[in-house]
Amino acid sequence: MREIACEKVARAVENLCISSNCHLSEDVRGALRENLEKEESPLGKEVLKQILENARLAEKEKLPICQDTGFAVVFVEMGQEVRITGGDLYQAINSGVINGYRSGYLRKSVVGDPLQRKNTGNNSPSWVHVDIVPGNRLKISVMPKGAGSENMSVVSMLSPSEGVQGIKKFVLAWVRERGVNACPPLVVGVGIGGTFEGVAKLAKKALLRPIGSRNPEPFYAEMEYELLKEINNLGLGPQGLGGSTTALAVHIEIYPCHIASLPLAVNLQCHAVRHATTVL
Amino acid sequence: MVTSVKLETPLDEKTINKLKIGDRVLLSGIVYTARDQAHSRLVDELEKARRENRQPDLPFSLEGQVIYYVGPAPTRPGMIIGPAGPTTSCRMDPYTPILLERGLKATIGKGRRGKDVIEAMKKYKAVYFVAVGGAAVLISKKIRRAEIVAYEDLGPEAIYRLDVEEFPLFVANDIYGNDLFDEAISKYRKVT
Repeated sequence: MREIACEKVARAVENLCISSNCHLSEDVRGALRENLEKEESPLGKEVLKQILENARLAEKEKLPICQDTGFAVVFVEMGQEVRITGGDLYQAINSGVINGYRSGYLRKSVVGDPLQRKNTGNNSPSWVHVDIVPGNRLKISVMPKGAGSENMSVVSMLSPSEGVQGIKKFVLAWVRERGVNACPPLVVGVGIGGTFEGVAKLAKKALLRPIGSRNPEPFYAEMEYELLKEINNLGLGPQGLGGSTTALAVHIEIYPCHIASLPLAVNLQCHAVRHATTVL
Repeated sequence: MVTSVKLETPLDEKTINKLKIGDRVLLSGIVYTARDQAHSRLVDELEKARRENRQPDLPFSLEGQVIYYVGPAPTRPGMIIGPAGPTTSCRMDPYTPILLERGLKATIGKGRRGKDVIEAMKKYKAVYFVAVGGAAVLISKKIRRAEIVAYEDLGPEAIYRLDVEEFPLFVANDIYGNDLFDEAISKYRKVT
């Protein structure tokens, strides 16, 4: 067994909270620049310019790209030969989040109770997904998820007879109705298959993929391509002010499902596509 | 090239009447911040005052004023304010008509407004501006001064008085009932 100390996990999470919030990765910037060239609407171009300039300023001054520094979603891939020492893994992750949000001057956007709504004051707790994998490494990804786009996300249990056309129709209608408020240009995370709770996680994990990546299955890669084209034909444009840049990417993740089910989830991501990963 | 109209707050009716959807505005002067919980408190006080038949005790007068929907990130030492981009406006829709009735002249946020708010803007002659969601650092550079004026206990949801200089905005709803989102999206839509 390989031992990893809780303190090390906490420090890694602290750094990831700050770097993910302050640094817009090159794949996202590249996609924004490419679309700035292609964008037909003058207002759309102006919006894309502001977004790129904002990312430049944030990077230069080590400030968060967006004031909504999100609910911290943490994905952990834990090698089955790893043993965590010196405490509780979940507590270590949460203390990393607390330290990162304090020392990085990130906004505390978590209420401790969904109805009584008192701010916890430290952005904890986070939501931690742990997958056990072969090996002796610990891979941690932090995705600060803002509410603007998270609120515009959905799970729907389709009937298997609806098939590819049903999926495409649903995703397009959803983006047309809800995309404007999710701060486009978007990344559209789509989960297909699995179970009710599993499909939401597929859609969220799809957002971790770099822009420009394709689903390894040609059938789904083609669907990603077609959906992106059709979403960009909707005309929403940057910030919904009209134009041809409604989404930067569509990422589909799939899983086997029940003979009677066709679960579908759409997790919208705003243009501030923020996530950072480290391997211990 | 998109040309810009420079405006100063407070906004009078003559200025408001001239604004059309799609206009690019550079706004300077005082704006007040408020989001979900601050709105809830403002409107609770207005309703309570109405029931008790007295003048409402608000942290600022609404007459001619502008509300910016924002919950800034914490201010780093040596800075005026943390990153401060707009939040989604439709969450404030249930509260907006009563504030417009009380003289509020403009709101700033991101995303679409509901039908009731668009109708109220027509009725009370007010406009809705959008700022670029996520352009939080860029916008914070346009803020010359920031002070908390009420509800400090709400943290990022406290009401701030901001003095802004050439805050870049677009007119999304004017007093004539037009909607920039509807108009612009149908212009660029390539499917029926």
